[in-house]
Amino acid sequence: MDDRQLTMVYRPSSIVTQPNMMNPQPSLRLLPLLLKATLLFVLFNFAFTFISGLSLGKFSLYHSVFPGRERFPFGESQKGYNLSLFNLDAMFASHVLVGTPKETNEYRVFLIGDSSVWGTLLTPEQTLAGQLNSQNISACGKTVHAYNLGYPYISLLQEVMILDEALQYEPDMVVWLTTLESFPRDKQLAAPLVANSPERVKQLITNYQLPLDPNDPSLNHATLWDQTFVNQRKDLANLIRLQIYGALWASTGIDQFYPEDYERAQTDFEADYEFHGIKPNETLQGKLSIEILDAGMNAAGVPTILVNEPILVSDGVNSDIRYNFFYPRWAFDEFRALLDEHTSSRGYHYVGLWDLVPMTEFTNSGVHLTPFGESMLAEKVGEAIQSFCK
Amino acid sequence: MGLTQIGASILTALLVGAWTRGTTRVFFLLALSVLAVFWFQPAVPLRSFDFWIPSLSIFLVVLIWFITSPVGAWRTRQNILGLAVIAGIVILVSLTRYFFPDPILTATTPPRLILVVGFIFLTAVFIASFTYLSRRFVVTLSLVIITLLAILIILKSPTLSLQLSVFFRTLTNRPTDTASALDLRWLGFSYISFRLIHILRDKSRTPQFPLSGSVRDKQTGRLPELSLPEFATYVVFFPSLSAGPIDRAERFAGDLKKDFALTQEETLLAGQRIVIGLFKKFVIADALALIALNDALAVQVRTADWMWIHLYAYAFQIYFDFSGYTDIAIGIARLVGIKLPENFAGPYTKPNLAQFWNSWHMTLTQWIRSYFFNLFNRWIRSYKSLPAWTMLLAGQLATMLVIGLWHGVTVNFILWGAWHGLGLFLQNRWSDFAKARFNINNTRLQSVLQVGGVILTFHFVALGWVFFALSEPALSFGVMMKLFGIP
Repeated sequence: MDDRQLTMVYRPSSIVTQPNMMNPQPSLRLLPLLLKATLLFVLFNFAFTFISGLSLGKFSLYHSVFPGRERFPFGESQKGYNLSLFNLDAMFASHVLVGTPKETNEYRVFLIGDSSVWGTLLTPEQTLAGQLNSQNISACGKTVHAYNLGYPYISLLQEVMILDEALQYEPDMVVWLTTLESFPRDKQLAAPLVANSPERVKQLITNYQLPLDPNDPSLNHATLWDQTFVNQRKDLANLIRLQIYGALWASTGIDQFYPEDYERAQTDFEADYEFHGIKPNETLQGKLSIEILDAGMNAAGVPTILVNEPILVSDGVNSDIRYNFFYPRWAFDEFRALLDEHTSSRGYHYVGLWDLVPMTEFTNSGVHLTPFGESMLAEKVGEAIQSFCK
Repeated sequence: MGLTQIGASILTALLVGAWTRGTTRVFFLLALSVLAVFWFQPAVPLRSFDFWIPSLSIFLVVLIWFITSPVGAWRTRQNILGLAVIAGIVILVSLTRYFFPDPILTATTPPRLILVVGFIFLTAVFIASFTYLSRRFVVTLSLVIITLLAILIILKSPTLSLQLSVFFRTLTNRPTDTASALDLRWLGFSYISFRLIHILRDKSRTPQFPLSGSVRDKQTGRLPELSLPEFATYVVFFPSLSAGPIDRAERFAGDLKKDFALTQEETLLAGQRIVIGLFKKFVIADALALIALNDALAVQVRTADWMWIHLYAYAFQIYFDFSGYTDIAIGIARLVGIKLPENFAGPYTKPNLAQFWNSWHMTLTQWIRSYFFNLFNRWIRSYKSLPAWTMLLAGQLATMLVIGLWHGVTVNFILWGAWHGLGLFLQNRWSDFAKARFNINNTRLQSVLQVGGVILTFHFVALGWVFFALSEPALSFGVMMKLFGIP
């Protein structure tokens, strides 16, 4: 017997040798295997960059398998069956608007704005859109159907980006609820949805001639490496998760986690006079993105109502200095004056509802309303829709 | 096991399978398995418990090897080397606290070396004393089995776990108000304890021993003597540490003793199994987990149709999750020459409940059958006055209750066990009744009945998951009512 046919075999009490059974299978050559696997993995990743440019977000189970959502997906909460993803195509594809053909007697109203329009801590029925729809109001002889196109994070450019995408769905009117916090120039590109949509921003800059830099470092321009499967896996997983959450939305009607207890909005403040680094002896003129407001107001080609949305007006400590956590009084008062002047000079439909809702009807922020606060707002917005319709 | 741990396990198994042979392979597998006991252990809020809990696992393994091995077995070269490897790994894990700013082999920073050395010394003294006693008093083997079962019951019982956590927190001057039943998560203990009980039971040597049966086992050579490296590797084998399957020692040792060289074909087969397992677990099961029935959905779902969908999602999620892990374990083990037993054989395609239980978590079912059902049946048959159906009902109910309790000592797991116990009994009665009255020769009708049986069995099992998935009986009964449209 050849020595090479002897194989060491382990036994409990001794090491013994035993003839090897002739094995016709070739032994594994590990290094070539690992090299091939690595090469295939690299090739697959770079092949993936070709499809990562496609609008994968447009493929959706909503409207075919599941009903569309009443508002955009937002909020990283498994309890709320919701997630944030920075893919406008996917956000729209899951929205009820996309799957709802416009009926002849429908007066279609788009509500644009921040988290207050989206409805933080409110069920879909309690949001502004939900309450307007439950009022069954008519405008221009048609039934008003409001669509919630609000999205948390405060930035005028984000709101214009959403409006620009929504225009293909035939609005009869746009109601744009906004507040001073959306206006500062430094906030425009900082919103994650904006920062992760550089191509859309570039298009908006061109179409609306906005004084913004398309190569601003705040914008996340994807490199080839960013487009590989390894780097895109989270976005892909989010797209799949959005579809799966469709089942939960359909079965429960829940699209947000509603905690039983939350921290109420601050009503006592430090004696802080500054707004975004601007002092009371300075002016807001030139520091707000009025040109983005103009772009949005003129984008739709249908009646567009600008609403200075309700803010918390505190009566707590230092409330003579500040209205709320966001605004020192001087800054918000100057903003109101600016807005009054600008909207009247441009002939915009403008409604100032900033002090409509009492302090007790705010929830966890100076702009988030309780269901009752929302109903007060809905009543006024409903009246505005009826009076400004054409 | 997370993806990182699975990836590391695959890579190390590939290296061990491709580059080691014979004894070297056994020692590598021992070292990796002991290391995995520490690495896979999740963090627990009690300081250093994520080190001490795995250390206790290792201690139990060594203790039980000593008391079930022949006198002086430890003096052989490979057993001394095995002890050195085990102690060396424990010390190595402890030493990482001195060389790395963040823990790398344990969830939190391991304790100081002096404490670990002290622990090793004390356990050595305990093992020596206990082994000495076990040679003289057979009852010590029963004592160890009872201890293992007691630990298992405590870990599986939320109330007892919580009490134990409060006890440890009081002992270590930590706040007791944040104590939780999850504080004492002991990775893989359900499997470790069942493997150890299997060995203890099959190795028990005297006819006086209460669970005896070993004389036959030894005569048939079913359970040969195992060296410490073989024994320890069998009990804490890293691919099957956290989710099984529960192999038999003699079969496992047989694979370990075989000369093994990883071939291209073996690698391909193992790779396929791992990929299938990864897909089942991390794509299908994890996606289904998002919509699978749970306590929150039990109250949130608005219609019966959707409740059924969430229940189906749970039924498939639990299958793909568990069978996916099994595929991964079988695939990784195959890379090092161990052919772990199958745990699933298309359970949802079976036409009756008995066949379902012969194809669902098969190694657990076989274990329970060997070490509980057969013994229980023998015992209950001694009551000759009892009618046959009572014995059958008691046997099936008791067995399924034990399986339920193995998953957790809660009312819902008891209800789940009772549901299946009664189901098996009813199916058995119906089967006997139908056989005596109907003689179906029509093949088409047989096919229809077969399909009907699969659908009925699947739905019976799925409805049983309502108890398994939810934490409270009230929630489960609420879901049952909603499923059938009862307001």
